[in-house]
Amino acid sequence: MDILNMTAVGLSDQIKAGRITVKEAVEAVFAQIDKTEENYHCYVTIDKENALKEAERVQAGIDDGTFTGPLAGVPVAIKDNMCTEGMLTTCSSKILENFIPTFSSEAVLNLQKAGVVILGKTNMDEFAMGSTTETSYYGVTKNPWNDAHVPGGSSGGSAAAVAAEECFFALGSDTGGSIRQPAGYCGVVGMKPTYGTVSRYGLIAYGSSLDQIGPLCKDVTDCATILETIASHDLKDSTSMERDDLDFTTALVNDVKGMKIGIPKDYFGEGLDPEVKEAVLAAAEVLKEKGAVVEEFDLDLVKYAIPTYYTIAAAEASSNLERFDGVKYGYRAKDADELHQMYKRTRSEGFGPEVKRRIMLGSFVLSSGYYDAYYLKALKVKALIKKAFDEAFAKYDVILGPVAPATAPKLGESLSDPIKMYLGDIYTISVNLAGLPGICLPCGKDKAGLPIGLQLIGDCFSEKKLIQTAYTYEQARGAFGTPFHPAE
Amino acid sequence: MAKEYETVIGLEVHVELASKTKIFCGCSTEFGGAPNTHTCPVCTGMPGSLPVLNKQVLEYAIAVGLATNCDITRYCKFDRKNYFYPDNPQNYQISQLYLPICRNGYVEVETQDGGKKKVGIHEIHMEEDAGKLIHDEWEDCSLVDYNRSGVPLIEIVSEPDMRSAEEVIAYLEKLRLIIQYLGASDCKLNEGSMRADVNLSVREVGAKEFGTRTEMKNLNSFKAIAHAIEGEKNRQIDILEDGGKVVQETRRWDDTKEYSYAMRSKEDAQDYRYFPDPDLTPIMVSEEWLAEIKAKEPEFRTAKMERYKEEYGIPEYDIEIITNSKRMADLFEETTALCKQPKKVSNWLMVETQRLLKEQSMDPEDIRFTPENLAKLIGLADSKAINSSVAKEVFEVMFNENIDPEKYVEEKGLKTVNDEGALRSTIEQIVKDNPKSVEDYHNGKEKAIGFLVGQTMKAMKGKADPAMINQILKELL
Amino acid sequence: MANVISDETIDYVGILAKLELSGPEKEQAKKDMADMLDYIDQLGELDTSDVEPMSHIFPVHNVFREDVVTNGDDSANTIKNAPADKDGMFMVPRTF
Repeated sequence: MDILNMTAVGLSDQIKAGRITVKEAVEAVFAQIDKTEENYHCYVTIDKENALKEAERVQAGIDDGTFTGPLAGVPVAIKDNMCTEGMLTTCSSKILENFIPTFSSEAVLNLQKAGVVILGKTNMDEFAMGSTTETSYYGVTKNPWNDAHVPGGSSGGSAAAVAAEECFFALGSDTGGSIRQPAGYCGVVGMKPTYGTVSRYGLIAYGSSLDQIGPLCKDVTDCATILETIASHDLKDSTSMERDDLDFTTALVNDVKGMKIGIPKDYFGEGLDPEVKEAVLAAAEVLKEKGAVVEEFDLDLVKYAIPTYYTIAAAEASSNLERFDGVKYGYRAKDADELHQMYKRTRSEGFGPEVKRRIMLGSFVLSSGYYDAYYLKALKVKALIKKAFDEAFAKYDVILGPVAPATAPKLGESLSDPIKMYLGDIYTISVNLAGLPGICLPCGKDKAGLPIGLQLIGDCFSEKKLIQTAYTYEQARGAFGTPFHPAE
Repeated sequence: MAKEYETVIGLEVHVELASKTKIFCGCSTEFGGAPNTHTCPVCTGMPGSLPVLNKQVLEYAIAVGLATNCDITRYCKFDRKNYFYPDNPQNYQISQLYLPICRNGYVEVETQDGGKKKVGIHEIHMEEDAGKLIHDEWEDCSLVDYNRSGVPLIEIVSEPDMRSAEEVIAYLEKLRLIIQYLGASDCKLNEGSMRADVNLSVREVGAKEFGTRTEMKNLNSFKAIAHAIEGEKNRQIDILEDGGKVVQETRRWDDTKEYSYAMRSKEDAQDYRYFPDPDLTPIMVSEEWLAEIKAKEPEFRTAKMERYKEEYGIPEYDIEIITNSKRMADLFEETTALCKQPKKVSNWLMVETQRLLKEQSMDPEDIRFTPENLAKLIGLADSKAINSSVAKEVFEVMFNENIDPEKYVEEKGLKTVNDEGALRSTIEQIVKDNPKSVEDYHNGKEKAIGFLVGQTMKAMKGKADPAMINQILKELL
Repeated sequence: MANVISDETIDYVGILAKLELSGPEKEQAKKDMADMLDYIDQLGELDTSDVEPMSHIFPVHNVFREDVVTNGDDSANTIKNAPADKDGMFMVPRTF
């Protein structure tokens, strides 16, 4: 049996049926890690010893009937901005180079209750600020489809680990596209749920009003299953929503008859790579053939989403990252004997350039005399964007478009021009501003063999429509494969 | 002729609320405790932790707002106030700027001439307290303890309506009583559960515009507040008289030196970059909820004073003192309910209690003895089981240790000896041993009997009824 | 358009954000911030005079906890990651 070629749900079925042991699954992944990790660098931390111990414990739990769920026994990776008790959690930053949390994030606990085995922590853009995973203090991650290219970001390590078969699925976080865009670049499925669906407790905040945790995985079935497992109403997170429709796997239905799909014209204009455009429109055509009603519409406010997002996210980040000061945890500058000097040196040495850029911008837009002109203005435009989506969802069940204007860029090409890099977030960012769910799945490859991502966006709380549409498309498309198990 | 100046004062009063847990986490608010033992990831700013609002805190804040005639904000939010300091673990304090819970209130205070004056309340907002910094001389560093971090506070911001230290103290006393009566805080200045920052400016009498104000911090007694007002007023007048300008700044009052120091630092930009905290949801206060909180409002002091006059018939002066503290008023009412002797209860509270409070410089809120024990003590004295000097002795022990007076009297054998035979034979012996005093008595020196009573009491180790001693003595002589 | 960020502004933001920039870093930061503000300024094209600012995306209100002590002594965990500590407290450069 080729363990690595399995989906998470498929693997768990085999384990529960006694055909594979958890230990075999974990060892298979480590064999792959030994082979590929040195090149791709998906992880910041790998804890093999702990994983093997956990494998035994989980196996015992499966054998005695404690773990019966669809993810029992599956080896997984966690983005390094989610707290894991006793396991280094760095946010890919020097400032947390030695931080070992004393509690685990709620999403991780939910996975552990379902009997997964945690392999380690995946690389990311520092504090999730970036679109390429190149801002990590611990080095870049490479795209498993072509190691001259980036995996996307900020959950680049998670996406690459799934594509490289260095785990069966991973958790990521999405503040402006950080799950969906790397999923697109790495040819895996990634989903950002409605704001408030997965608890943020234990997720080290970047933009608190935008952050959501979600899965990166091999197919839509895994995606629905993982989301069902990690979603919960958490009393420790005031923004966590109480929902009675978390049975996402019931939406794995191969049917889109009558589903109304809107295609924003503004997502297909200037700046979109023709190959991406062609693949995404071809996917829309597939859904149309399966019975969906596909229509174009205007969503012209979308261009304002980027400046709105960067104002709000930077403002929140400037405040969220104030706690990293060398007093309570993490890095502290040596030999600073005056308090403010200690703060400044710790933070200047501990944060990388992109994080500093956003902290400074955020501090500025909140500062006296600029609050109304920048921050408050952005909150007003956010209200307009939300309204535009409300109007769109009055007409459509699902909005369809590309996840990014192009396929994965080459390593080293993005960071020199920040605004150009930010423009790459154009299709994903408004989803976070409006709190919407969005899913990305592969819909083709470009001439260079790099995956192209299809994005489906739903109204708040309509994950099931997204899962149903994505599942139907996936069934029609057939297996996408990974670089190590290409589709036939 | 010298110019005449008027002092304009506004107050920012911080009050620690009496909730059992902190404002955003389930840690205890109990005072003391070894460093960092009342902490968790939330109140120490651990990465990934999130705040959840304590409902009791909001209800206390609303209750204080209602009792001070405020409008309650029906849609309110928390904001982050950003500044770096080690006692502030997130380096932002969760507070309220844009939509505070209460606005536009007032309290009425009595002025020195016996008149009444309204002091306006600009707003009341909720916020979290900071941790504690301790200076370590050995290492020349500071140490941070987050036990107080996240303790709920309300900040009551007055209008600049006060003109003298007396008015300021009258206002603070009024606030203290209202909040204590509500049970929302014990309001102890010395322990910091009530703290006042004074905003003060001076202007020439008759001027329409306010002068430039300064803010004074670190005022932890009424005395310090009065001193600081006097000191700052004079400092500002001196500056103006010298043709200078008062600088708007924060100053720290040093009560031992009776001088304030500017707290300035180039690292302190005073630009707090407030914005709505995305981690907390907004609050909506419904009519029904307000009515519920209003219905739970206790009897306030004025009403209580009226009722005491009618119901208990104790002197107005006693009423004044007893109702000046919620703890005293509660003790009075609860003890009276048990022993049905309002005058005796009032006596104990007015005389012995006040004496011991003063001796030990204690706040009435810190009284430890229970109404049950005071009622028992009154019962013991009434039944003549103990005499009045023993009662005072027992009271003092009870005041200090809240002992059960019945058990204590029993254990220490303090009961009055009612065995007339034994007493009589003791007195006979005393009379025999003191012929000089007996002679003095017969020669008309009434005082001599006092000496004999004293000797008898001494021989009886204080456990005799003085009236009985007197009676037997007179018979024998 | 064309925001210009002065040295004073960058220094001021440095005080607020507790960041200390080297000479070249400061020049880069001035340029980056000016570029971003130019870009953000396009929001001025939208008339938002009648729009309520939206800080929270969902109309969820009144999420509370009850006033019940749920946490015990967690001091060991609290200082576990401290860069410097003494007597169960965090040690920092003197603040007085």
